[in-house]
Amino acid sequence: MEAGTVTPAPALVRFSGIQKTYDGEHLVVKNLDLDIRKGEFITLLGPSGSGKTTTLMMLAGFEVPTQGEIYLADRPIKNVPPHKRDIGMVFQNYALFPHLTIAENIAFPLSVRNTNKAEAQERVRAALRMIKMETLAQRRPGQLSGGQQQRVALARALVFNPQLVLMDEPLGALDKRLREQMQLEIKQLHETMGITIVYVTHDQSEALTMSDRIAVFNDGIVQQIDRPDALYEHPVNSFVAHFIGENNVLAGTVETIDKDYCRVALAGGGTVTARTVNVSGAGASTSLSVRPERIAIIPDGTSSDGPNRLPARVQNTIYLGDHALAVLDVSGNAEFMVKLPPGAHANLKHGESVFVTFRPEDCLALDHV
Amino acid sequence: MLRSLQKATRDCHSQNGEKCPVTMGLPMTAASSTGADARTEVPLKRRLRRAERTRQIKALALVVPLLVFLLFTFAGPIAGMLWRSVDDREVRRVLPQTVAALAAWDGKDLPDEKAYAALASDILAARASGTIAIAAKRLNYALNGFRTILTSTARNLKAVPERGAAKETLGKINPAWRERTTWTTIKDAGGPVTGFYLLAALDLTRNVEGAIVASPPDQAIYRDVFARTFLISLGVTALCLMLGFPVAYLLAALPPGRSNLLMIFVLLPFWTSLLVRTCAWIVLLQSKGVVNDSLLWLGIIDEPLRLIYNRFGVCVAMTHVLLPFMILPLYSSMKAISPAYMRAAASLGAPPVAAFLRIYLPQTLPGIGAGSLLVFILALGYYITPALVGGAADQMISYFIALYTTETANWGLASALGAVLLLATILLALVYGKLVQGQQVTGGMKN
Repeated sequence: MEAGTVTPAPALVRFSGIQKTYDGEHLVVKNLDLDIRKGEFITLLGPSGSGKTTTLMMLAGFEVPTQGEIYLADRPIKNVPPHKRDIGMVFQNYALFPHLTIAENIAFPLSVRNTNKAEAQERVRAALRMIKMETLAQRRPGQLSGGQQQRVALARALVFNPQLVLMDEPLGALDKRLREQMQLEIKQLHETMGITIVYVTHDQSEALTMSDRIAVFNDGIVQQIDRPDALYEHPVNSFVAHFIGENNVLAGTVETIDKDYCRVALAGGGTVTARTVNVSGAGASTSLSVRPERIAIIPDGTSSDGPNRLPARVQNTIYLGDHALAVLDVSGNAEFMVKLPPGAHANLKHGESVFVTFRPEDCLALDHV
Repeated sequence: MLRSLQKATRDCHSQNGEKCPVTMGLPMTAASSTGADARTEVPLKRRLRRAERTRQIKALALVVPLLVFLLFTFAGPIAGMLWRSVDDREVRRVLPQTVAALAAWDGKDLPDEKAYAALASDILAARASGTIAIAAKRLNYALNGFRTILTSTARNLKAVPERGAAKETLGKINPAWRERTTWTTIKDAGGPVTGFYLLAALDLTRNVEGAIVASPPDQAIYRDVFARTFLISLGVTALCLMLGFPVAYLLAALPPGRSNLLMIFVLLPFWTSLLVRTCAWIVLLQSKGVVNDSLLWLGIIDEPLRLIYNRFGVCVAMTHVLLPFMILPLYSSMKAISPAYMRAAASLGAPPVAAFLRIYLPQTLPGIGAGSLLVFILALGYYITPALVGGAADQMISYFIALYTTETANWGLASALGAVLLLATILLALVYGKLVQGQQVTGGMKN
């Protein structure tokens, strides 16, 4: 997906100046302004305690904002109870009603809306077909596997055609393989049905796989909202750079700034050129961020011209099947990772002195952590 | 280790289709692996069995004290009680010859001279050993006034009547001996087992012809008592459910700290003697009691209400005593219901009342069932509370059981009433078991 092809749809949900505190002293969500566009798949990503789940619960109506207003389709919903919001929700532990069959579970949102019987039956059948579980309609939730229960929860949240579907870490309880399969299924459902989905997770790879946009939460504040590739390539601060993907950090001090690039003297010795992203000016401390796959290892003695060439010592190599990792000691960072093609690690010996090099545009000067 | 060895053996068998040599503990050598097939396998199986047996014996040894205790204090007395409800050997013991002589009697006419002679000889023997009162008491249960017949006969019978004159002599002493009923009563009470007590417990009796008929109205009280017992128990159960459900809900919904405090209040009655709690209700409810005085002082009533020694007092006191037995099962079933269900119901569009009725309530049904059954069955056997705070018309079946056991020493009837109560309780428990089995409410949900 290229940056230019996305035409911003009108906002379906608008968080305006939202604050939330539980104890009256500590803000769990600090001044949140967030627009969710119609039809998009947006993920609220962050570590636990970052405020992402609280944000979702305020949108669902289970928590009331301490300050600010939430608009759903331009209607303020702060004082609308959950059952009148027309928002479908998928819970972490599925919350399928154990005393009802699968078909009854899926029919529940229709029957509380007094949908006529024939239509409700048809829609339940269609929903069961969608999740490929027509034969299990009369089972109870306890008789299903985790993945099947998750599909039922999904069907139940979609069957009444809500304006918005919320998902609270719905795949957290599944094993890795099933999780990856379900990620693709949910993504596919989103694309075919054109629904708006707000998804909460702490798993960055899940967020990268599924989302149109990701809002990275930390400490009650949205750090950055952007498309997955933009988050990866252009993180606005150290937290985002660190939270999304693998990342090497080098501490240093900014010497000079020249438009988009700056010279940084490393704390462990040496000087590199980096892209200026989030530094206050010359003399400021900074954390440099370099992705492991954007670094090359040059055997000792090979001459190479480049602005960023640092001496390194091989600590360890790790073989991972489809690729290999070299762990190096670079300028005081003893866990400096470099991603290598499989097999390339065999040439590196423990304790060997080498050089690492990377392009200035792949090295980001960010705020000091 | 044994298990893994067994598994190894099995795997070997299934893979190679031939016997697999397994040596215990030591590394396998070439010698032991070739010729040791049969020798190594048998000891392994035997050792496995021996190891299992030791474990079973250990497990049994742990429960033996309780088993023995229960056998002596629970199973034994219950079996004894059930036996007493049909046991009928008193008359047979006191009047052995008469019972033997009547065995062949068809009951259509008066028995023959032999039976009269046997009776006379038995009465004289019983008078000598002083056991006549035992038989008199038993026979008097079946025929009012039999005690007088027997004791007057014993008093007036001087010696063994002459051969052939027994019938006339006894008839002269007491004309009752000329009536068929007198003799059928002795024959029916001849034992060794009888349905007399069990029939009496159900307000039934046998007439002269031996057919089962309703007891005379002045003796037919037990059906009423059973009905009253079930009615009071049902009422108390319903009251407990109505009062206990909201409390259990609150307990399950509160944060742990406050819920624990509240739980202490729920359990407090358990730490007080039943007698004390019942007497406290007397203090509260009597005509010059706290409740009446307060109401009078507030001017709500002009004269004391009758709150005790009636059905009201019994229901209030029993409900108070039994409430924890309702709250605890309800609480544990509610505690298991994840709050996520109610949130899910709300997010799917169910208003709070609908969510409660359709999602919450059905999941508490096992708790409601367990609590109600517990309270109902406990209430069925209640004795002290109705005896202390109830009037004459509020006494439940246990009162009569106690009455027959301790005061009139009619153990047969007491046992029969107990047996009927036991049977009703067991039936109820079975019905409940069937209902619960058919539901599968929790369905193994892991939330």
